[in-house]
Amino acid sequence: MIDKTNKTASNNDENIAMSDEQQTIQNITDQDYKYGFVTDIEMEEFPKGLDENIVRMISAKKNEPEFMTEWRLKAYRHWRKQKEPKWPKLEYSEVDYENLYYYAAPKKDGPKSLDEVDPELLKTFDKLGVPLEERELLAGVAVDAVIDSVSVATTFKGKLGELGIIFCPISEAIREHPELVKKYLGTVVPYTDNFYATLNSAVFSDGSFVYIPPGVRCPMELSSYFRINASKTGQFERTLIVADKGSYVSYLEGCTAPMRDENQLHAAVVELIALDDAEIKYSTVQNWYAGNKEGVGGIFNFVTKRGLCGGKNSKISWTQVETGSAITWKYPSCILKGDNSVGEFYSVALTNNYQQADTGTKMIHQGRNTRSLIISKGISAGKSNNAYRGLVKVNSKAENARNYSQCDSLLIGDQSGAHTYPYLEVENPTAQVEHEATTSKVSEDQIFYLNQRGISTEDAVGMIVSGYAREVFQQLPMEFAVEAQALMSVSLEGSVG
Amino acid sequence: MLSIKNLQVSVEGKPILKGLNLEVNPGEIHAIMGPNGSGKSTLAHVLSGREGYSVDAGSAQYKGLDLLEMAPEIRAREGMFLAFQYPIEIPGVNNTSFLKKALNEIRKHRGEEELDAIDFLSLIKKQMKLVEMKEELLKRPVNQGFSGGEKKRNEILQMAVLNPTLAILDETDSGLDIDALRIVAGGVNKLRSPNNSFVVITHYQRLLDYIVPDFVHVLSNGQIIKSGTKELALELEERGYDWLLEEAESKA
Repeated sequence: MIDKTNKTASNNDENIAMSDEQQTIQNITDQDYKYGFVTDIEMEEFPKGLDENIVRMISAKKNEPEFMTEWRLKAYRHWRKQKEPKWPKLEYSEVDYENLYYYAAPKKDGPKSLDEVDPELLKTFDKLGVPLEERELLAGVAVDAVIDSVSVATTFKGKLGELGIIFCPISEAIREHPELVKKYLGTVVPYTDNFYATLNSAVFSDGSFVYIPPGVRCPMELSSYFRINASKTGQFERTLIVADKGSYVSYLEGCTAPMRDENQLHAAVVELIALDDAEIKYSTVQNWYAGNKEGVGGIFNFVTKRGLCGGKNSKISWTQVETGSAITWKYPSCILKGDNSVGEFYSVALTNNYQQADTGTKMIHQGRNTRSLIISKGISAGKSNNAYRGLVKVNSKAENARNYSQCDSLLIGDQSGAHTYPYLEVENPTAQVEHEATTSKVSEDQIFYLNQRGISTEDAVGMIVSGYAREVFQQLPMEFAVEAQALMSVSLEGSVG
Repeated sequence: MLSIKNLQVSVEGKPILKGLNLEVNPGEIHAIMGPNGSGKSTLAHVLSGREGYSVDAGSAQYKGLDLLEMAPEIRAREGMFLAFQYPIEIPGVNNTSFLKKALNEIRKHRGEEELDAIDFLSLIKKQMKLVEMKEELLKRPVNQGFSGGEKKRNEILQMAVLNPTLAILDETDSGLDIDALRIVAGGVNKLRSPNNSFVVITHYQRLLDYIVPDFVHVLSNGQIIKSGTKELALELEERGYDWLLEEAESKA
């Protein structure tokens, strides 16, 4: 067991000049550590660092079948041979992978009620219009809320079960539906895929599993909230969604994390598989803690998301609203293998203060008559840097492939950066590929115009930015769209003087 | 309503307004005319609180409040409206929801209840008739894809919905054909009441055939060099500005 009291004390020494606010947060943390709330799970928290033993322990802890343990180990051994990629337009201090905890079961280190939650955070929730119950989840009061899909699944399990839909934590799926997991896990993002995906394959903690049987249209939006809870802990979720022939599902993912003055690693993997005539719509509103105004703290978000349109006439649509994280490295992609399959990517990535985002998509056309659409809206404020990086690849056998890409950048203030890196690889002469890009600024004229109609500068910037990103917001389910717009305004606070 | 005393304003060190005086009472329409570069638009911008102007001396009071101390949105909420010479496009922001937000900010400021979507829609549809605007324009983003005339009508529509106590029209007639001019002026006339006032900035007398002012002021080189009634505008139309400028110079 780790001696947490000592750990906290040394943290205090490092941060002598803490502000009152940080002090308050620290005090809460200290109190909780002092009280301990030691449960059996906490007693078994694994030591820092990563070796084969830790990987085995994670697998054993989850009572995984042998094939899973072996898969994790293969990933681990492969990871040991990998180096962190350096090509993104991102600058950050190196992650010390030996100084992370790779397994931390739910810890009771969160506040016990909303009264103990940092008032700044509550103010933000208030502005977002997040319902009270949800606030408690987001603020980490409910400690078992690492993945909210558990409770959602429980609530509707009966109804979904009647239709043959499986929606459960992936750890449960590995135990209860090993044949499905074995068949599909790692088929879109293999454990050898990239540094972060490989690490995830070795140590993933939990995540969601969805299976929609043939011909079934999932009658409700499935959703999950991901949270990073514990300090100095890497978070590695893994999500696998399989839409069998002729089925449809819309899945929503929300992400938040508490404010901490250290950087935390988040390396998730999402795999989507759409068989013949199936459609998957995957929406994300990512609001991990972005660090403070000076760029201290925040989540390092290195995520691999990829969908396989495996069957003919299948469709996968990614919609993402990225406002959080200190670093975002993320390229939700589609492999258009089935003939006539369709891939879509709608993205709003907003960076403020010292945030950095390098995000985009890959559309890989393999089948005939495949189509893809890319709508990317980058917004950079403060001293942030925002890069779109996208690949459109048309293989030699992909007759009549079509792609349309639109990449817009919006700058707020004069200290932020926007970058666009479009890559094109076309091996079939019948392909039609179009790319449009624009860069614009939120102008003082626009702000003054809205001011002159009685609208405050903060609201004006929020309106202008929402208007700019409207095409993407329209793709989100209603409640999410409202939340996402509110989130943008909050994220932009103070970006205009 | 509006009381401007010895207003001196410069832009990047260059004096533009050089001691301007103006008194506007409730119910009055004042026309401000003058050659290009005389400071007409600067006056409109300074009164509405645009950044980039430095007030070096003088004062401007609006409803007894120190206008120059107020943020532009507060001036707007207090009932001051500027019809822009060049209305700004705001892509993706729906014209109707923008105007609803604006009205409700003003209502909130006055301690009135916010209008819901249904009440707002019936209000805006009524006011659209004033400016003979196509309903389709309500569904579009603010001023985006509007013709020059549609943009100006949209300004007057906003004015009709927000119902200001003091409206400043900055060269609203520029770029309008005669039909559009008539419609825009008709809208202004229908909004006239004993409680609200207008400051109409224009380069040409033409607009004043339709919006008949109580007073006409000639602005030149940052000062009002002559004030009169609507007859002054007609005289200017006939004789141009030069005789006035010469008269002012010889006085100096």
